[in-house]
Amino acid sequence: MSQDKFKGRPKMPQRPVRERIRDFDEVPTGLEEWAAVEEARRCLQCKRPLCMRGCPVEIDIPAFIALIAEGKFDQAVQKMKEKNSLPAICGRVCPQEEQCERECVLGKKGEPIAVGYIERFIADYERDRGVRTPSRSSPNGKKIAVIGAGPAGLTCAGDLAKMGYGVTLFEAFHAPGGVLVYGIPEFRLPKSIVFGEVDYVRSLGVELELSTVIGRSVTVDDLAEEGFGAFFIGTGAGLPYFMELPGENMNGIYSANEFLTRSNLMKGYRFPEYDTPIKIGRRVAVIGGGNVAMDSARTAVRLGADEVCLVYRRTKNEMPARVEEVERAEEEGINCIILTNPVRFLGNQNGWVTGIECIEMELGEPDESGRRRPVPIEGSEYVIPIDTVVVAIGQGPNPLLLETMPDLTLNRRGYIETDPETGATSRRGMFAGGDIVTGAATGISAMGAGKQAARSIDRFFQDPDTFPQWR
Amino acid sequence: MAQILVKEVLTPQIKLMVVEAPRVAKKAKPGQFVVIRFHEQGERIPLTIADYDPDAGTVTIIFQEVGKSTLHLGEMEEGDEILDFVGPLGREIEERQFGHVVCVGGGVGIAPIYPKARALSMLGNRVTSIIGARTADLIFWEREMRSVSDELHVTTDDGTYGEKGFVTQVLERVVKEEQVDLVVAVGPLIMMKMVSLLTKKFSIPTLVSLNPIMVDGTGMCGCCRGTVNKECKFTCVDGPVFDGHQVDYDELMARQRTYLDEEQRAMEIWRMKKVEEEPTRVTR
Ligand SMILES: Cc1cc2nc3c(=O)[nH]c(=O)nc-3n(C[C@H](O)[C@H](O)[C@H](O)COP(=O)(O)OP(=O)(O)OC[C@H]3O[C@@H](n4cnc5c(N)ncnc54)[C@H](O)[C@@H]3O)c2cc1C
Ligand code: SF4
Ligand code: FES
Repeated sequence: MSQDKFKGRPKMPQRPVRERIRDFDEVPTGLEEWAAVEEARRCLQCKRPLCMRGCPVEIDIPAFIALIAEGKFDQAVQKMKEKNSLPAICGRVCPQEEQCERECVLGKKGEPIAVGYIERFIADYERDRGVRTPSRSSPNGKKIAVIGAGPAGLTCAGDLAKMGYGVTLFEAFHAPGGVLVYGIPEFRLPKSIVFGEVDYVRSLGVELELSTVIGRSVTVDDLAEEGFGAFFIGTGAGLPYFMELPGENMNGIYSANEFLTRSNLMKGYRFPEYDTPIKIGRRVAVIGGGNVAMDSARTAVRLGADEVCLVYRRTKNEMPARVEEVERAEEEGINCIILTNPVRFLGNQNGWVTGIECIEMELGEPDESGRRRPVPIEGSEYVIPIDTVVVAIGQGPNPLLLETMPDLTLNRRGYIETDPETGATSRRGMFAGGDIVTGAATGISAMGAGKQAARSIDRFFQDPDTFPQWR
Repeated sequence: MAQILVKEVLTPQIKLMVVEAPRVAKKAKPGQFVVIRFHEQGERIPLTIADYDPDAGTVTIIFQEVGKSTLHLGEMEEGDEILDFVGPLGREIEERQFGHVVCVGGGVGIAPIYPKARALSMLGNRVTSIIGARTADLIFWEREMRSVSDELHVTTDDGTYGEKGFVTQVLERVVKEEQVDLVVAVGPLIMMKMVSLLTKKFSIPTLVSLNPIMVDGTGMCGCCRGTVNKECKFTCVDGPVFDGHQVDYDELMARQRTYLDEEQRAMEIWRMKKVEEEPTRVTR
């Protein structure tokens, strides 16, 4: 695998390990202008660009890349924003290696265009110069409630506001951004970027009502009475799953949601300057192999743990986390204990966890997901001594809001069923998208769903009689 | 933002605030709580809704100053704004005709027992209430409790007021002498544990209201989890009211001590700051 043959694909500059593990500042520093332009020039400008097929929101990738190659950065931003209103975020957290970059023809030879790096470059270029407010239609007097201020809700609210709708965005937490704010750490996605995007959405006229739990503080029916004519639900997949193993409620065992929320949203890493404490032991084990697990493990390193390990029941090949993130985690000294599954947690007299009893696994036949199913090896149990555990094995739909709408059709796993064409739910005038429909997925697919729903809601208002009823 | 309309000092360490929160007031039911955060660096803390008035759009909270956050909150004055006032959260207590109900409130738990006693009394239940605290200084709302109870007993551990001893000792007497159909207990975990042990012996259905450490209060973090009837439950969405006979109190007591060191440290820093600012104010 000689790399030199393909002169080109730049490496993302990043801060050295020794420096970055001491703080929560961003790790990759972004391409320089010349590098971004050079990379843009490498693009073949395919007639039938495969990259676009891999993009969940169908960004005109060759077009914006061409503009960058020509140095027309302002126009490149415009082009990008036709389809993606949050490029500074997507350029950082999208799994491009599974989307546009996987499809890119140059990828067949091992060096796809670094679409993500270029995207980040152009978004940062715009941010450094101050975001402009695009024109918006005059208000049409129609009120829409968007529930949940994650990427799905923010995108839907922004698009509708541009069309002239009066949008109120309701958020349960005291800060908007969803997972981007409470889940993804500062060192991967600086919060100032998310809040910048939120400010942009507000500048479009969207009203933000924070600390309002829909279903508890106010119900959808109350909102309908207040004059809201359509709804978008983008409440995400925020319910943490536990392993349901003996000892799991002991002290020192966190769900990833709690661990990350304490650190990110509540700024626990700055305790006691901030009031919210977070406990970090000397030896931390994170259970899981996805982005959430990587984020938790890398957070634990920065909080000062001596040793951090990931416990994952399959092998590194099956880890759902982004390859780049697994690499960075390993660079930061995180030890991947693969083919290993916890069977119970051990603790001391005071109720604190002291170890995880694990069993070794081997890969058997592939399961529904196509990944080979891990099977326990009998008699291989052993104990990993630790004093903090973060359980990052996945999230589900939070039933809090859904319970208040018995007429809403959910699927077997408790997610909302929607018309794939429109995002409409079984309840007329109610749309949904993002993780609450798909299950834990990606920021970009959530944004795509928000966009789609905004278009549908507009159609619904234009001509409610012909709007197709779902189920 | 929620403005503090009224502040009352109930005892030197227990304060009451009436807060303007129309949305919460409109939906509140006995048994529910709010999560509040009152400054930019603040943590999110759960407080039971002690009273609410949907017409006036107000919610009453009562808290004991036990840590940095509650000390800080206690310094806020009428007219000040609470940054975030989220609720009502949790499930409401089932309100119906049970017969003879004994309501037990311990310490600052007297506050959350009040709306429950009132609701149960209004539904025609016979309500016997027992409120208790460590010492006379910590007893509050005796008059309020009396107004919603057919009978009221007061205890203090040190005998400085009412009957000397624990609430359980009165409860034992009551259940031995009379038919009791339901016991509702709110207070320190250890009190709820003792109450539940006692009522289990007499096979009296018992409800307790748990108050674990929380973050979001909406089921998103699992910080508030505990074992109830051998299952993992999230207090903020599955509770806070549970069948007292099914709760694993020892586990919850351990979980409540998770941040003891941090709490102590935060409190020391807070006290030192206060000494620097205004040396005469710190009397304890
Ligand atoms: C730690 C972590 C790392 C991740 N890393 C990546 C990554 O690198 N790349 C990537 O593409 N994706 C990543 N993801 C996934 C991605 O963040 C999500 O797919 C995406 O945020 C989903 O967006 P959403 O808008 O559907 O929901 P969310 O972002 O979950 O937002 C939902 C919002 O709704 C609010 N809400 C919920 N219920 C209510 C209610 N009843 N009333 C009012 N508000 C409510 C919530 O508080 C929340 O703010 C990661 C996820 C996590 C947890
Ligand atoms: S597939 Fe690759 S080379 Fe072709 S247009 Fe897209 S980014 Fe450029
Ligand atoms: S407080 Fe987070 S789940 Fe209950």
